Amino acid sequence: MYTLPNKLKLFAIIFMVVGAVGIVSGFLMAPKTTSEVKEMMVDGHGDGHGGDHAVVDESHNGGHGEEAHDDEAHYEHVLHQLQNRPWSALYVASFFFFMIALGTLAFYAIQYAAQAGWSPVLFRVMEGITAYLPVASVIILVLLLLSAFHVNHIFHWMDPELVNPESDHYDKLIAGKSSFLNVPFFLIRALIFLGGWNLYRWVSRRNSLRDDNAEDNRWFKKNFKASAIFLVFFIVTESMMSWDWIMSFDPHWFSTLFGWYVFAGMMVSAITVIAMVTIVLKSQGYLEHVNDSHIHDLAKYMFGFSIFWTYLWFSQFMLIWYSNIPEEVTYFVTRIEDYNLPFFGMVVMNFVFPVLMLMNSDYKRVNWFVILTGIVILVGHYIDVFNMVMPATVGASWFIGLPEIGAIMFFFGLFVLVVFTALTKAPLLAKRNPFIKESKHFHY
Amino acid sequence: MASKVIHAIYNDDDILLNAVKKVRDEHYHIEEVYTPFPVHGLEKAMGLADTRIAITSFLYGLVGLSVAIIMMNYIMIQDWPQDIGGKPSFSYIENMPAFVPIMFEMTVFFAAHLMVITFYMRSKLWPFKKAENPDVRTTDDHFLMVVDTGNHDIEQVSSFLSSTGALEISIHENDEDH
Repeated sequence: MYTLPNKLKLFAIIFMVVGAVGIVSGFLMAPKTTSEVKEMMVDGHGDGHGGDHAVVDESHNGGHGEEAHDDEAHYEHVLHQLQNRPWSALYVASFFFFMIALGTLAFYAIQYAAQAGWSPVLFRVMEGITAYLPVASVIILVLLLLSAFHVNHIFHWMDPELVNPESDHYDKLIAGKSSFLNVPFFLIRALIFLGGWNLYRWVSRRNSLRDDNAEDNRWFKKNFKASAIFLVFFIVTESMMSWDWIMSFDPHWFSTLFGWYVFAGMMVSAITVIAMVTIVLKSQGYLEHVNDSHIHDLAKYMFGFSIFWTYLWFSQFMLIWYSNIPEEVTYFVTRIEDYNLPFFGMVVMNFVFPVLMLMNSDYKRVNWFVILTGIVILVGHYIDVFNMVMPATVGASWFIGLPEIGAIMFFFGLFVLVVFTALTKAPLLAKRNPFIKESKHFHY
Repeated sequence: MASKVIHAIYNDDDILLNAVKKVRDEHYHIEEVYTPFPVHGLEKAMGLADTRIAITSFLYGLVGLSVAIIMMNYIMIQDWPQDIGGKPSFSYIENMPAFVPIMFEMTVFFAAHLMVITFYMRSKLWPFKKAENPDVRTTDDHFLMVVDTGNHDIEQVSSFLSSTGALEISIHENDEDH
């Protein structure tokens, strides 16, 4: 049995407290009126982006393009962006840790459904990481509800003015999508997605624990079936989730491989976290049967999924860049103009770095190498989510400052606390999984 | 001094693997082992050095990438920078996404083919090459270990080899020059 070290608990709580301070001060710092925006911009404010506001009239913000030339409307526009910033920072960080838990759940289901012989010694680690899923689901749901009740405006399409033909702000394109993008249906979908995923997580965890004391393989077989069903459900709902929770930030834009793209980022972050938690537990002497070959396999998955992510990133980017259709290309125009460093920097962090670091077979067995690469991959995928969300909500007024780092720290602390607490709840070795013996002797 | 070699034939890969370990423990020199299929762990038991072919492949891949970049930079940007469908041919980086599929394929092409050719050259394989097969059964279901007797007593070596489970033992002149 694993016991939660007090130091780790304290470490996590410190992160949460410092993070919460960052989040709250982010909300307090956000301007309330346009006059405050003017003051901030005159001061050349701490945003570091004072000079860039000339380009804020992005075409994707339907209905604002014309007015943005007007001074007052411009300040109004910047005000909305700055007010969105702490919300977006919160959303990005909570989604990032949510997607780690969900990706781990999908990876776990794949291991069951594929009857993998190498991974059963890692099942309890994966179950521990997915214990964050219910917590993350509640947080995401609360954030979506806050948006739905107009506490914030990060989901532009939720503004009822946009679909009202009488209004000045009537947006024909968004109105045309309103049979899918409307608040009640959006929330129902969110409930179905989260309900389904959490149900599988609950069932599989329960069966896995029951299997420890069982006489036959009944619970394993049940888990096998549940995993196969879940994977079908998951790939459909994950795709729709990415349209709802990420792509709808840019309601004028659409991309067909977006669901896969989000999935790839999710999987690579999840596998990285599995590898890191495994290495941490192993170094503390808790995972007796985990050897270098297990780490090697996880590192191979990190390597492979990093390339898979890049393949999808590039496919999406290159197809749109090549054809250069105005309605599609604005997505990348704003990202390249306003987010140049994060947009291309993440490709270096998520592709070039892991490919070069993890190509060598020997390096994949060196724990600190995997941890180092893992940190870069995780930061890279945070920036990936940042790049997917921020350009639509805060536009050129972005910065990775107090609200963003505060939100990351808060959710990191929460994640560590929940995951490592869950690891104490059950023995770290699934006792009588049919493949456990093979897994213990796994070597590559 | 023309030394003699002993051919010991086995009919099971597990027995062979154990025999290889025992022979090495006795510090006899194994010239070669012939097997009909890859025996997992044989190269470790024989103490063979790891292959470096993956490293050559990586380097060939870099060559392929360079060839693709230099080729397309010359053709599309330097030599005749036409406007083709509005694509920006002003600098390589501006038009790079269009070149990536070729860069990728050239990298894979060079890495794969040059590595295969390296493999053929290093293992001396080519068409019309005379097969070096001491016993035809080794391509079907028998395993053959060639042990160099050196200065050891031939009788002693052959009786040791039969104790490791060899089915047949035969003594040959070593006609290869080393």
